[in-house]
Amino acid sequence: MNPNSILEVKDLHAWFGSIEVVKGISMVALEHTVTAMIGPSGCGKSTFIRCLNRLHEESPGARATGQVLLENRDIYEKKVDPVSIRRRVGMVFQKPNPFPSMSIFDNVVAGLRLAGVRRSSTLKEIVEHSLQAAALWDEVKDKLHALGTSLSGGQQQRLCIARALAVEPKVLLMDEPTSALDPISTGKIEELLTELRKKVTVIIVTHNMQQAARISDQTAFFLSGELIEFGETSQVFTAPKKEQTERYITGRFG
Amino acid sequence: MISSVLSQHMTRSYTRRKLTYRAMYALLALASLIAIIPLLSIFGYVLTRSLPGLNLAFFTHLPQPIGETNGGMANSILGTLSLILIASMIGVPWGVGVGLFLSEYPPGKLSSVVRFSADLLTSVPSIIIGLFIYTLVVIPMRRFSLLAGGIALGIIMIPTVARSTEELLKRVPMHVREAGLALGLPRWKVILRIVLLGHSRAIATGIILAIARVSGETAPLLFTSFNNQFWQRGIDQPASSLPVQIYTYAISPYEDWHQQAWAGALILVLLVFFMNLVTRYILSPRGSRK
Ligand SMILES: Nc1ncnc2c1ncn2[C@@H]1O[C@H](COP(=O)(O)OP(=O)(O)O)[C@@H](O)[C@H]1O
Ligand SMILES: [Mg+2]
Repeated sequence: MNPNSILEVKDLHAWFGSIEVVKGISMVALEHTVTAMIGPSGCGKSTFIRCLNRLHEESPGARATGQVLLENRDIYEKKVDPVSIRRRVGMVFQKPNPFPSMSIFDNVVAGLRLAGVRRSSTLKEIVEHSLQAAALWDEVKDKLHALGTSLSGGQQQRLCIARALAVEPKVLLMDEPTSALDPISTGKIEELLTELRKKVTVIIVTHNMQQAARISDQTAFFLSGELIEFGETSQVFTAPKKEQTERYITGRFG
Repeated sequence: MISSVLSQHMTRSYTRRKLTYRAMYALLALASLIAIIPLLSIFGYVLTRSLPGLNLAFFTHLPQPIGETNGGMANSILGTLSLILIASMIGVPWGVGVGLFLSEYPPGKLSSVVRFSADLLTSVPSIIIGLFIYTLVVIPMRRFSLLAGGIALGIIMIPTVARSTEELLKRVPMHVREAGLALGLPRWKVILRIVLLGHSRAIATGIILAIARVSGETAPLLFTSFNNQFWQRGIDQPASSLPVQIYTYAISPYEDWHQQAWAGALILVLLVFFMNLVTRYILSPRGSRK
């Protein structure tokens, strides 16, 4: 076992009802790296990463088997409380989803405040820190009490990143975080990812091949619920080992 | 060739479409105007009939025996407010709870039974609810009471509040809940503190509309809270209320009482108007207020 491995997935399967959509995935993510997941729509990327914070099982009829070692402890062990896992594995979704009727400030501290953290000096500090980490501080520092939903789409997404970072997760899962955004907002988020990796390990699903190539250390190519290829990003994009990978990244798929 | 025929045809049909559009608009606007005539005329009529009977005594005095002047409906106004309070204490938490159950937990047999019952309960005539509370509360207690009236109105509120809460929460996108769960918050906290609190304004709108609905209810009060010509002496005593007092005075043969009934009607209408206005303006979300 690699000493730097923070997340290790072993033979993960996931189902919706009787339909298996993730079919035995094994892979490792090292600390402070960015792992990109690429693959055509419906191949199970979202389902896969939702297994990594045990969010998958919240959907009706959904279940998963296999092991996911987070810092060497299996999060699928019987005794493990899924809620405690989600505090260590944060998530950013495709659609920006600030909490309704909450100010920017309240959005960022929602995870802490609802978990019982009350000290206002602590909360203030965390808000500034998290918004800075999400490259949003300068834009909102004068209107922290405006509604989170009043921001632009790109700002909302960075607010969601700040909100996820505020609880100091070890791993940050991002499910196509830029696919609903314009190119400038996308660029900002890509830029901040290079900073983020110093703090967290990032697993990002993306539809955008150039994005995967620009921001990730390793790339996983999914097809129909199976992991076809997994390796260094430069290798996957320049010298893929599998023919299916090559066909996909060169756009000659299907 | 074809394209010129087509464009000619388009021009003709465009003119026709514009005409149809205007005609339909006029028709519907007219229908809408006519629909608000009853509202305006009710309000105008109540206003003109009640003004002569309105004075300070009406708000501060108890009803007086016939022949004496300076009677008022102070106890009925207070009674209606107390009934609304008790009804809300029952109907709001219960209704919101049922709404949460219907929207936040996986659909199953139980939830479809509950939803169906709620819809059925909405269409049960309110007098039947009154009869039900009569047998359940009034007979065992051996007297009409404020409590019985409040319970009857509270029960009438439950299905309305439940269904409006459910409909509202169902429109909250799933990914908002997931964002809460993904922060490591237990589901109940996500539901109460993010989903419910985040939409408290809209839920309050449903609640206030339900309250406004029951504040004018008369039939279920006739044999639950009944009536009373004095100040309220306890929650277990018969209670006066505006609708029942209006009814009592209106069917009496005395001109003076009729006058008071009109004044009571105005207060009741204003109360309901006021509650609707509150939902509309004070509760409209920050920023989106026009
Ligand atoms: N809630 C759900 N219920 C049933 N099937 C689902 C659900 N969500 C996704 N699926 C199915 O699971 C498969 C994988 O979906 P998903 O993980 O979202 O793929 P991707 O993110 O790669 O586009 C798809 O075939 C999709 O139709
Ligand atoms: Mg997806």
